Amino acid sequence: MKTITVNIVTPDGPVYDSEVSMVIAVTASGEMGVLPGHIPTVAPLGIGAVRLKKENSTELVAVSGGFLEIRPEKVTILAQSAERATDIDIARAQESAKRAEALLQAKKDEVDFKRAELALKRAMNRINVYEGNV
Amino acid sequence: MASLRDIKNRITSTKKTSQITRAMQMVSASKLNRAETNAKAFVPYMAKIQDVVASIAASSNDASHPMMTTRPVNKTAYLVITSDRGLVGGYNANILRTVSNKIRERHTSNDEFVILSIGRKGRDFFAKQGMTILESTIALPDHPSFADIKEITRKAVGMFSEGAYDEVYMYYNHFVSAIQQEVTETKVLPLTDIKPTGATSSYEFDPSAEAILEVLLPQYAESLIFGAVLDGKASEHAASMTAMKSATDNASELIDGLTLSYNRARQAAITQEITEIVGGAAALE
Repeated sequence: MKTITVNIVTPDGPVYDSEVSMVIAVTASGEMGVLPGHIPTVAPLGIGAVRLKKENSTELVAVSGGFLEIRPEKVTILAQSAERATDIDIARAQESAKRAEALLQAKKDEVDFKRAELALKRAMNRINVYEGNV
Repeated sequence: MASLRDIKNRITSTKKTSQITRAMQMVSASKLNRAETNAKAFVPYMAKIQDVVASIAASSNDASHPMMTTRPVNKTAYLVITSDRGLVGGYNANILRTVSNKIRERHTSNDEFVILSIGRKGRDFFAKQGMTILESTIALPDHPSFADIKEITRKAVGMFSEGAYDEVYMYYNHFVSAIQQEVTETKVLPLTDIKPTGATSSYEFDPSAEAILEVLLPQYAESLIFGAVLDGKASEHAASMTAMKSATDNASELIDGLTLSYNRARQAAITQEITEIVGGAAALE
């Protein structure tokens, strides 16, 4: 089976580097599946899970902010933060989800509201990836 | 001449000081090690982002972005990266002197520029000079992660986009080696000098080159700043290590000198005692 190299790098260092058979990521314009031999593409990423399909298993990585660079034999994901399911600090994610929800309830000015919304999205994303239900 | 006990006291206290500086030297050495590792971990990210930015800039001439265009300068921002504490030799002094000189060269009044400061020393220095400090971050951890400085980088880049200032210069100590650090000036914004890094491939853009630049350029500018912070931290630990090493060396030199005069004073006291005894015995005869 043909494979494609996937690299996930963040400012704090590389997070993932392996051969997979398919990458599915949430980009700004929708979900995108990448197979080996894809034409060179660049797309911005949303907050979401990147699914890395191997022969008979799927790995999940929670990604927020950044973009996806595709070359025929290699996919690079540059994100401001990225965590593999096993590296997620679930307590912290739940904590920040609660905090964001409280802020949303408080309904202060618009900037805070948007920020809280994003924070909630990131936290939910982490929790989902941790629990594996994407 | 100081008494025996005075000299003894000075020796003891100098010894204690040197124990502290030696410990600090070793702590800094191990922190430097980690800081270098962190800086290395950041390199692939930076290289990649530079690659993509350059290839987008090269492939599509029509893709322009406010962050890439030079506009008339009404206000300049200086982003200065210093440390929070002293005991780092010339680390802070070098940077602050360079920035002050540049400011004096370029501006005539304090209204023409603003300061963005990372580190307590820089903030205190510019506040004392009566300059406008728009934003400051202090008490960064020794090994900052991207999340730690996200706030200030986001603001620094955001305020440029909003037009609070029209260019951003960044000053930090570049880590050359454990004994050499160089004050470096980098123009962060506008991003005018993005160099193609060799093999640039042409990409498809989804949804469009403009939309990509919208995401990519702020991220790029923020990474530049983060890179400088990591570099600065490595320099800080190196400078602290060197400063503590010379302090330890000076202390042991001082102790050697003091020990010599202590022995001399002791010998003089003994000689005097003998003379007195001999004198006393002679008087009895």
